[in-house]
Amino acid sequence: MSRSSSRWGAHSWLVLVFAFLYIPILCLVAFSFTSGEITTQFDGFSLRWYRSLLEDGEIQSAVWLSLRIGALAATAAVVVGTAAAFVLARFRPYFGSSFFAGMTTAPMVMPEVVTGLSLVLLFTHPALSFLGGRGALAIWAAHTTLCAAYAAVLVQSRLREVDRSLEEAALDLGCPPFKVFFLVTVPVIAPALVAAWLLTFTLSMDDFVLAAMLSDPGSTTLPVLIFARLHHGLKPEINALATIIVAIVSIAVLAANHAMLSSQKKRVRAD
Amino acid sequence: MSGRRPFMLRGRFWVGMLPWAWLLLFFLLPFALIVNVSLSTADLAIPPYVSPLHATEDGHGVELVPDLSSFRRLADELGSIGEDGADLLYLQAYGNSLLLATLTTLCCLLIGYPFAYHIARSRESVRNVLLMMVMLPFWTSFLLRVYAWMGLLDSSEVGLINQLLLGLGIIDTPLPLLYNTGAVLTGMIYSYLPFMVLPLYANLVKLDQRLLEAASDLGARPITTFLSVTLPLSRNGIIAGAMMVFIPAVGEFVIPDLLGGGDVQMIGRNIWDDFGPNQDWPMAAAVAVVMVLLLIAPIVVFNRSSRREAEEQP
Repeated sequence: MSRSSSRWGAHSWLVLVFAFLYIPILCLVAFSFTSGEITTQFDGFSLRWYRSLLEDGEIQSAVWLSLRIGALAATAAVVVGTAAAFVLARFRPYFGSSFFAGMTTAPMVMPEVVTGLSLVLLFTHPALSFLGGRGALAIWAAHTTLCAAYAAVLVQSRLREVDRSLEEAALDLGCPPFKVFFLVTVPVIAPALVAAWLLTFTLSMDDFVLAAMLSDPGSTTLPVLIFARLHHGLKPEINALATIIVAIVSIAVLAANHAMLSSQKKRVRAD
Repeated sequence: MSGRRPFMLRGRFWVGMLPWAWLLLFFLLPFALIVNVSLSTADLAIPPYVSPLHATEDGHGVELVPDLSSFRRLADELGSIGEDGADLLYLQAYGNSLLLATLTTLCCLLIGYPFAYHIARSRESVRNVLLMMVMLPFWTSFLLRVYAWMGLLDSSEVGLINQLLLGLGIIDTPLPLLYNTGAVLTGMIYSYLPFMVLPLYANLVKLDQRLLEAASDLGARPITTFLSVTLPLSRNGIIAGAMMVFIPAVGEFVIPDLLGGGDVQMIGRNIWDDFGPNQDWPMAAAVAVVMVLLLIAPIVVFNRSSRREAEEQP
């Protein structure tokens, strides 16, 4: 009896917390279909805010810039992060290795205003004008630094699980190390690389503070534009944008989950 | 292997160099610049400060002539505590930030621990779905999730919570829910909860069920089992989750800006204002330096616990 009552408690806690997580999002979605001007009052169903979104050139160019920065930052972050993960997981301790480990994960928790300020000082420093000053390139570098930390953590945990006998066999048979890396290691850690790319891509797409501090008038990313709009009076157009983002993310997460589960099943069957 | 080749020619060296060089250029050097600017003088120039590093008179060396006025302003505030009408702009912001970050961390832990625990203990097929449902809001836009709370908490009669309470006849006049500390705390708990749940889950899912069975077979009550087995074993997860919430929460800017109105001062906002509208970069840098000094201990704790967690894996 006590077991069933504790299970009931567990279920209701899960339901409560999920309600807390989802009700705000569901409200955003619901009011994107209002025909009125107020973001919290439903005046009848219409798609007018989706139409106005389609005609909003500012948002479209911001989305396009965010997508490009996101893809490039995620790619660079996976490369830098994988190299860092190798150092963390495979190198014997060397002078400065624990300092390096700390520095690799620090951007994950460092308050973004501090990272942002430090990078603004870097990109606006008179002696470093060859970096090009503030702009899309600076945002890309900032996002790569932040994202590489997440990529390093993800790839590192996969690297530690990998059975090293395959790599050692290839090395023993005379395969050069870089070839072993691309032919043996990369296929084994591929799921972690894909996961890291997707995670860092969304992190970059979502980042506001770094992008806002490092943007110049010509490089307005989507979060920077949304923030400006939130300060200039709210419109259900933002809700429509949120609904589209939620829909895309849900489909992507469902697809990724499905792919992961089916590959897991395959692995189980192969064993 | 390639042991006899000179060190510089080995692939290993270059694999190691890439992240080192990147972090040196985009993480360590910028931090040195923050310290440098915190010691410089504000000026109407581009960039708006005069560096404290000057060429020496003979033209061969560089000397440091620090301007400590930004730090002195913080020290003056510290000295004026208790005086009537003392201007404690920055000190209050530091205090508020630390307090709100602590409250956020505690609430996330109290909500998140039982939540992560029950997810970790559910059947594997259910577990994956639940975990995905935790991740989903985390992957959608952070700004838009904060915006959702602006609508829920709105203090006029069109605010969603106010509409509900008015409609149910519980209140007669709308409650002032938005633009206060409570709103900021709610928004922070909401935004940071996944950062607490995910490390806790990753830790709790590895918990060996046989230990719990052994404890109950030996007659321990569930609460005793929890306190003397589960809780100590999940220590690393708790530390990792708490630091993932606490450290960024101290510097949070967006949530107090959107949900706190003009009333809730937090240190992230001060840095933002000094950097942006006030154009006082030395002050922003000094405030940031002090914030990093306050956060060094938690960051070291976080790094240690995450390294231990990474190395514990099979």
